[in-house]
Amino acid sequence: MLQRLQHLLGIEPLTVEQVNFFLDQAKPFQEFQRHPLKKLATLRGKTVALAFFEPSTRTRISFATAASRLGADSMNLQAESSSLKKGESLIDTVRTLEAMRPDGIVIRHAASGAAEFVAARLEIPVLNAGDGSHEHPTQALLDALTIRDRKGTLDGLNVTIVGDLLHSRVARSNIYLLTKFGTRITLCGPPMWMPPVLEDLAPGVRRMPCIEEALKDADVVMVLRVQTERMHEPALSEADYVLRYQLTPERLRLARPDALVLHPGPMIRGLEIDPAVADGPQSCVLEQVTNGLAIRMALLYHLVGGAPADAPHPAKERSNAAD
Amino acid sequence: MRIVEKRQLLSAEQIDRTLKRLAHEIVEKTGGAEKLALIGVRRRGVPLSQRVANFIHADGKHRVSLGTLDITLYRDDLSTVGAQPIVHSTDIDFEVDDRDLLIVDDVLYTGRTIRAAMNGLFDLGRPRRVQLCVLIDRGHRELPIEASFVGRTVETTDTEIVEVRLREIDNEERVVIVDRVT
Amino acid sequence: MLLIKNGRVLDPATNMDATLDVLLDGERIVRVGADLSAGDADVLDAAGLIVAPGFIDLHCHLREPGQELSETIETGTKSAAKGGFTAVCCMPNTLPVNDSASVTRGIVERAKVTGCVRVWPIGAVSVGSKGEALAEIAGMKEAGIVAVSDDGKPVATARLMRQAMEYCESLGLPVIDHCEDPSLFAGGVMREGQQSARLGLKGIPAQSESICVGRDVEVAGLANARLHIAHMSTRGSLEYVRAAKKRGLRVTCEVTPHHFTLTDEDVRYDTRYKMNPPLASRSDRDALIEGLADGSIDAIATDHAPHHAASKDVEFDRAPFGITGFETALALGLTVLVHPGKLSLMRLVELFTAGPARVLGIERKIAAGQTADITIFSPDRPWTYNAAESPSKSRNTPFDGRSFRGGPIATIVGGRLVHNHR
Repeated sequence: MLQRLQHLLGIEPLTVEQVNFFLDQAKPFQEFQRHPLKKLATLRGKTVALAFFEPSTRTRISFATAASRLGADSMNLQAESSSLKKGESLIDTVRTLEAMRPDGIVIRHAASGAAEFVAARLEIPVLNAGDGSHEHPTQALLDALTIRDRKGTLDGLNVTIVGDLLHSRVARSNIYLLTKFGTRITLCGPPMWMPPVLEDLAPGVRRMPCIEEALKDADVVMVLRVQTERMHEPALSEADYVLRYQLTPERLRLARPDALVLHPGPMIRGLEIDPAVADGPQSCVLEQVTNGLAIRMALLYHLVGGAPADAPHPAKERSNAAD
Repeated sequence: MRIVEKRQLLSAEQIDRTLKRLAHEIVEKTGGAEKLALIGVRRRGVPLSQRVANFIHADGKHRVSLGTLDITLYRDDLSTVGAQPIVHSTDIDFEVDDRDLLIVDDVLYTGRTIRAAMNGLFDLGRPRRVQLCVLIDRGHRELPIEASFVGRTVETTDTEIVEVRLREIDNEERVVIVDRVT
Repeated sequence: MLLIKNGRVLDPATNMDATLDVLLDGERIVRVGADLSAGDADVLDAAGLIVAPGFIDLHCHLREPGQELSETIETGTKSAAKGGFTAVCCMPNTLPVNDSASVTRGIVERAKVTGCVRVWPIGAVSVGSKGEALAEIAGMKEAGIVAVSDDGKPVATARLMRQAMEYCESLGLPVIDHCEDPSLFAGGVMREGQQSARLGLKGIPAQSESICVGRDVEVAGLANARLHIAHMSTRGSLEYVRAAKKRGLRVTCEVTPHHFTLTDEDVRYDTRYKMNPPLASRSDRDALIEGLADGSIDAIATDHAPHHAASKDVEFDRAPFGITGFETALALGLTVLVHPGKLSLMRLVELFTAGPARVLGIERKIAAGQTADITIFSPDRPWTYNAAESPSKSRNTPFDGRSFRGGPIATIVGGRLVHNHR
């Protein structure tokens, strides 16, 4: 059964069918965001632990709202206030949470592989909200939903991703997802953040050092944040970054006229993106936020909802159906 | 365990006549179907509501709005099943506030589906009135739910199932009673 | 007295390869010949087995003093004996660092009481291995060190390397360097390459090691001194070493079993695959195998680095570097190098015996009058490694559950049987 995924650790292992399934299942939850009363009882009695070991406002609030609208409760762990700072290991922090018996864990952590680490040791579903530089699957799904809604399809599009690609889990998850649909990916960023090995991540990926070339014929332009917190290297001069990689209205005109502009947020207007582009008609950032909520509701509904996979078969409900 | 057909309740022609009769009743008893909206409950309530609406529209004098409702998110039995059922779209493109709604479904049984449907509708707004129209009422209510418009009432046992087969979904057009036998 | 009968004696130092008996008396070998009579000696039947000079491990960590949670001299040497080693050289990055005669003496004394194989300490190059002032190397030499190293880190500067080399040359000690460029290494956790990009883990380029090897080779030429490269893992480093040997410099190097067996493609997020130097590319691994075969590489050393379970049961970024290695070293050499025909059995034995002995400037052979250190092993007996049975306190090995063809059977140190698995 497609929906019976136990964990969502990354996009790479998913099939096209699984990706399409979750994109399709997000649709009723998109409609739901327009209801005057945004409260369901479908996950009532369930608790979702939000273990955010890296600072994050937007993703955490998105998951918390998704859980709440489904009727679930959430347990909050935030890095600054957690005992992680006092040297408690990741596994102990998580086991402590588990002892409080949540029905699922959403985890964001600075170490690549952290979600897999936790999933290997716990009995409950784990959703990866971003692990180090590795994957951010819900971001890629909401980006794909946004693109599909606007373009009608994901097949055969030209997608350009600009920024610090080496350290970006958003870039990786998007590359894995979009290439499953035959998109052509063009990467563009400072050379030290765009090593040749990125072209081997998936078929159809190429690098272009010059942003003007990289934007030609693009149907979608994804602008990445400049991540100062994940760099061990000396930072690139901001002035140079703006000069060579900022997405300006002039540069955007080099892409197709109806090209979409996506950004995972938070944006630094005036750094990686010109304010006119950020707030312009091609920008999809607000839809990305709404779609993020819908995707996360669909994921929580399927992964955290229902009985555990090994629950005893329920007594037959009286229902007018033969199954 | 096998499923065997026990008897046919309605033929294709009988289904058609029943729906036409229901359409007339609805127009009469709602004072001309003013501001009436039909809400088809997925799955088979949807084609049934479309057909009833078509009958209502046939004389050219009456007009009703039409919407579809998926009740998956409002079911009360989800934590007992294994994998979560697939959620489908609800499509109601008109304001629910202050409307007269008529829920349309194929079979009324325990009443839980209709309870879930009402929850779904009340999430969208505050209807003025909600009524229920079903093709078959097979009894065995577990909740205080009643249908104002009923195509046919039948007595059934616990193990029997009433199957409404419609051409839009099942490539067949009849209503039968089947039973589970060991 | 102990008579080892019917074994195939393989000794690269004397070029011996024949079925012979070896008679031991006390701590010495007294006779090597055919059909020796036992007299009142105990008899050890080595039919079907190889009888080799006692193996020497040039590089290991025994964690005592200071880190006994992970290993002690007692548990480490038991594991070494099980792996066929008769002598191990332990690195100075203990707590405190072995940078003084008193710490060296402490280790030597402890080993006399609790160790079951010879423990030859390696002293630090600099005080605390901080890379600033030279440690009391002469004092440590009198206390028993056989070499110096700041292992765990590279010798900090070329200038310090030169001073250390010139000084140690006069004392007859080799300088062993853990080669790495700190600025390229910075924060890295695995080899930089396709796999590190895929996993989102910070990579360390191969050049981090070779840059430092190049530096050390130049300084060795300048100081006209001995240099030994620890746990060499890249083609680039090997090329510097080959060129240095060609120029007549006294540069030697060692390779670990995991570096000639695994590659960075084997890394996912399992911390049993995290060590320093990290697992390298296929091309590097293949270059190392060539170097082992053609004589450019002098020794196989384990870099046995035990870490107790809790310390490794963390996310990959935070785990300490290192894996254990005593008990699988010989088996990996046989299974990965000899049986597929990449290396001769004689050459493998050389890498465990005459090679390391040459680095240390000592003799190791089977001949009358020599020390009775003998390693007896099976060249082809199938077995499966079970880490849970290891005498070591730590289980951090990627080879748990792996099957091998050939492995250690009996280990004799100074005439005493310290391991017997016949």
